[in-house]
Amino acid sequence: MTVRRDDVIAWIQAYADVIAENKARLTQLDSDIGDGDHGTNMDRGFQAVKAKVPEFADKDIGAVLKTVGMTLVSTVGGASGPLYGTFFLQAGSATAGKMELSLNDWIAALQAGVDGIIMRGKANLGDKTMVDALLPALQALKESASSGAGLPASLKASAAACEQGMLATVPLVARKGRASYLGERSAGHQDPGATSSHMLLQAAAESWSMLAD
Amino acid sequence: MKKLINKPEDVVKEALQAMASAHADLIKVHYDPNFIVRADAPVKGKVGILSGGGSGHEPMHGGFVGMGMLDAACPGAVFTSPTPDQMLEATKAINGGAGVLHIVKNYTGDILNFEMAADLAKGEGIEVEAVVTNDDVAVQDSLYTAGRRGVGVTVLAEKITGAAAEQKRPLKAVADICRKVNAQGRTMGMALTSCTVPAAGKPTFDLPEDEMEIGIGIHGEPGRTRMKLKTVAEITEMLVKPILEDLPFKSGDSVLAFVNGMGGTPLLELYVVYNELAKILGGRQIKIARNLVGSYITSLDMAGCSITLVKMDDELISLWDAPVKTPGLRWGI
Repeated sequence: MTVRRDDVIAWIQAYADVIAENKARLTQLDSDIGDGDHGTNMDRGFQAVKAKVPEFADKDIGAVLKTVGMTLVSTVGGASGPLYGTFFLQAGSATAGKMELSLNDWIAALQAGVDGIIMRGKANLGDKTMVDALLPALQALKESASSGAGLPASLKASAAACEQGMLATVPLVARKGRASYLGERSAGHQDPGATSSHMLLQAAAESWSMLAD
Repeated sequence: MKKLINKPEDVVKEALQAMASAHADLIKVHYDPNFIVRADAPVKGKVGILSGGGSGHEPMHGGFVGMGMLDAACPGAVFTSPTPDQMLEATKAINGGAGVLHIVKNYTGDILNFEMAADLAKGEGIEVEAVVTNDDVAVQDSLYTAGRRGVGVTVLAEKITGAAAEQKRPLKAVADICRKVNAQGRTMGMALTSCTVPAAGKPTFDLPEDEMEIGIGIHGEPGRTRMKLKTVAEITEMLVKPILEDLPFKSGDSVLAFVNGMGGTPLLELYVVYNELAKILGGRQIKIARNLVGSYITSLDMAGCSITLVKMDDELISLWDAPVKTPGLRWGI
């Protein structure tokens, strides 16, 4: 089974709705250890992405993801704009010309996106950033795929690992981003970027769960 | 919260429109993407200087666009870095053929967006250098954090660097002056209250009536320590001591002393702080060669102040004294 271009668009739209619903929550998480704008900024970016959906009609998956990336870069601001923008730009490069994705294509896209975030943000595992949610998700996706599981089951495993990674940021002391200025005081709070990262992969798992295995 | 705000999402746009009409002799405002640019840009043969950052720090940066300081400034949403498309268009608008210097405060978002913008501008054949300001001594452990924040020194660096560019010095020399001001400057800030981000509508953190935060930044983020309020003399000492020890500043040094208000503290109180600062520096035989007292790099309506010291030499003093004509700083004209 595969993820078609319209499934990718449905995922992006579903994520935009999740962000809109959780705008206040993301902003609250960011107020605790950052500067209180993550929900507002992500919502501004993904509402702009939603407005671009009509342009996606004649595009392949790579082009759709690249348009999402460029839109985020020019509308989100903060660190999230370049980081999420780079994620989608790189994922778009990895899926250039494709009209549907196999499980292995999705692994390649997620790998490229996560590599892009690490390259741009220079964060490592344990720095209390979105990388702490995304790397375990990528790892779980690969393991599930190599054990022979299908796409929906692998996406579910990936989203579950992402959630564990997100929850594991709570006790960490931030070493990157604005939360790092708090030192020890950043411990005890869930990282807002890891939270919105989990929402992204959770939205993929849910949005694509109906696809036949 | 009582505010002079129509709609939170319109604050930045309305302020830009107001700046365009209030200061039409000095600046122009470009919309979509948003940037403020010197009225006579690009100035042929002069290095263009661009800065930018989230809104909410007024008059920085837009209020410092004009002769002798910045050529352009990119405002982001409140406390949010502007985006690479804004920076690219502003860079193109101020390129007078001698290259463009980006002055970037050390915040993850600002760094990432300016890096992307510099890549794009270089792709279009414009010579770009970037200098990152990181003067906040409140951030001690820079190995394990995003590094020291760019705060008060940014204002002083923009003025001094702007004067060097006005003398038509080449890009590398202008960038070196900016690096020198940053390297010789240190800042420490404190808050009496939090600030209220328009979109959030309530204070970012709670600070009891009898407590203060020491080591705050300029985005309503809490500081490193919270403690009971002390006397102005004690507070000033707590801010100055880590600054003096860090560089270090020594007996016989000349400094530019900058007492900055965070937005919600009256000038009268800033002078009380300056008074204590002058006593402390006098006692250590450190000469205040020049000073600046007022609210120039603010954090919306936060009450509190920051102190910045920059070690000065004759060249830096002459660049500081050079004429400047911007909405926020103006002398020698």
